[in-house]
Amino acid sequence: MSKELIRLVDCVMAFDEEVVLNDINLCINDREFLTLLGPSGCGKTTTLRLIGGFQKPTSGDVLFNGVRVNDVPPHKREVNTVFQKYALFPHLNVYENVAFGLRIPKKGEHGKKIKLSEQEIDARVTEMLRVVNLTGFEKRSVSALSGGQQQRVAIARALVNRPKVLLLDEPLGALDLRLRKDMQIELKRIQQETGITFIYVTHDQEEALAMSDTIVVMDAGRILQIGTPTDIYNEPENAFVADFIGESNIIDGIMREDGVVEIFNRRFKCLDSGFDKDEPVDVVIRPEDVDIVAEDQGQLKGTVTNVTFKGMQYDIIVDFYGFKWLIQTTDLSPVGSRIGIKIDPDGFHVMKKSEYSGMFGDYSSYSEEYDEIGDASLELVEEDAGDEE
Amino acid sequence: MKNKLSRFAVPYVIWMAIFVVAPIILMVIYAFSAADGSFTLSNFSKMTTYAVVFGRSFKLAIIATVICLLIGYPISYLMAREGARFQKVAMVLIMLPMWMNFLLRTYSWMTILENNGLLNQFFQSIGLIDLYNNIFGTEIEYFTMMNTQGAVVLGMVYNYLPFMILPIYSVIVKLDHSLVEAARDLGADNMRVFRRVTLPLSLPGVLSGITMVFVPSVSTFAISQMLGGGTYLLLGDLIERQFLGGAYNPQLGAAISLVMMVIVVVCMLVMNRFGEGEEQAVML
Repeated sequence: MSKELIRLVDCVMAFDEEVVLNDINLCINDREFLTLLGPSGCGKTTTLRLIGGFQKPTSGDVLFNGVRVNDVPPHKREVNTVFQKYALFPHLNVYENVAFGLRIPKKGEHGKKIKLSEQEIDARVTEMLRVVNLTGFEKRSVSALSGGQQQRVAIARALVNRPKVLLLDEPLGALDLRLRKDMQIELKRIQQETGITFIYVTHDQEEALAMSDTIVVMDAGRILQIGTPTDIYNEPENAFVADFIGESNIIDGIMREDGVVEIFNRRFKCLDSGFDKDEPVDVVIRPEDVDIVAEDQGQLKGTVTNVTFKGMQYDIIVDFYGFKWLIQTTDLSPVGSRIGIKIDPDGFHVMKKSEYSGMFGDYSSYSEEYDEIGDASLELVEEDAGDEE
Repeated sequence: MKNKLSRFAVPYVIWMAIFVVAPIILMVIYAFSAADGSFTLSNFSKMTTYAVVFGRSFKLAIIATVICLLIGYPISYLMAREGARFQKVAMVLIMLPMWMNFLLRTYSWMTILENNGLLNQFFQSIGLIDLYNNIFGTEIEYFTMMNTQGAVVLGMVYNYLPFMILPIYSVIVKLDHSLVEAARDLGADNMRVFRRVTLPLSLPGVLSGITMVFVPSVSTFAISQMLGGGTYLLLGDLIERQFLGGAYNPQLGAAISLVMMVIVVVCMLVMNRFGEGEEQAVML
């Protein structure tokens, strides 16, 4: 089985009294693809910089293979980083950028410095450029490359050193959607081919779901949930996670007994248990788990108020007793029509109340919410750059 | 839009024509003519007698430039790494002397370096001169500092050092810190980060610093006259004499200026070659 490689123990990070990371405990296994996911300012980049050695925790420990490395500088760690804006050396060509790390003598087993021969450097650089599909670009100036090519040089430059761990700080952030999708597959392939542990920072939930073995959801300097993509999607810990990963309708409910939840004064069968009797809870219903039926056959009845064509499906907003839901369906129900819905017991997911209750999962202001999401991703680049000091 | 704005460039073009291009043309015409206005190359053949002056001028200017670089680079580097407040204070301190008149600044060095000037008085008071006499068995009363080539180089370094510091500093301070982090991440220690990243990326600043120190140094005449006492004739002095001094011969003066200009331009072009690939042009 996979063994533990990196562990963060009670890590706290504060800049001038402002706590950026609060009590981070995290274990990363060998050969794992782990993603730190969260909105801008959640502390994910700072967590990455702790592992890279660019910052020391205010308190707590960073362990590599069980050894404390808080005071080990970046150049002595078996970790390489793909930086957010790539940070390629503008005075070197593609080949020399990739060879940069190889030309530095490394300490061998007996403390002797080992220098690689030119042939070995050449072989490894050539091989790595093949892996990232940049054969033939050796002599190009890095400033003459497109964003996607620069990004691949950055990955090659880090990977060619055969690190134990590769840190990636929003590496696809600057690419357009199409290229981003291609690079996601490419990165996953490289990770499987090389068997290197990837720690990946992103604010894009789709990216996280598509690539990761493990997702760590963060907000406001804390870890909210750690789990596989399916766990995180199907069993979100609280309203924040449910809302951040995928679309969700989050409704106030009451847990009447194990397997029975009440919303809108109606009782539904569900699969959750382990709550107190009559405990107030948050109920998550994913838009794709709702079946539309004729009004008289529905468990709940509502009016369609908005329809958006999304290609594969329609996103429709339905008003149920004053609360607006997002439902994804392949059948068109025109605006103004009355519909009924059915939800299977496994379509309900019940969560304990948290500080995030009531903040998410309402689609009353549907279009505005989409605007906000767009803005957030724009702000992110500046904000994370500010993280550095 | 572009065309509308372009008429504002007209005065500038006229200015350039009158004060830059015309003098150069005049200089070339003068350099190739005899006193009666006929064409001649004798101005250039006469110049060979001044080869020593050429050699000395370039030697002193190169020494001054190298010293400026050796002092200026570390200062710029350290300054750029400090906090914003330190940088502001340091910048004011570097610029402060430049608010004073160039001649006044240089005169003040005369009172410092004179045989019974401030520095010699200081050496006397701490017993340095007696110590020197004891060790070497000499009987000097002061160190001769004025009217030496050293004093001339000192004057050049003092006056032109800011021109070395400013361009280097402005390049280093703008250097993307993530490049340093990337190098560190790839295993480079401080020394290697400097050698492989910071230094090569600051070369454009170094090249323009060298230009801005070397060009005025090689053509100076005030410094050599004030601190060198006129004993070490430099190119600038030589040219000045052909126009204003007793050896009135503007044709020869123009020829010397022309040759000096050509040498300097060639030097700069060679330097530019070095900095090829760096986006910043070195030519002034």
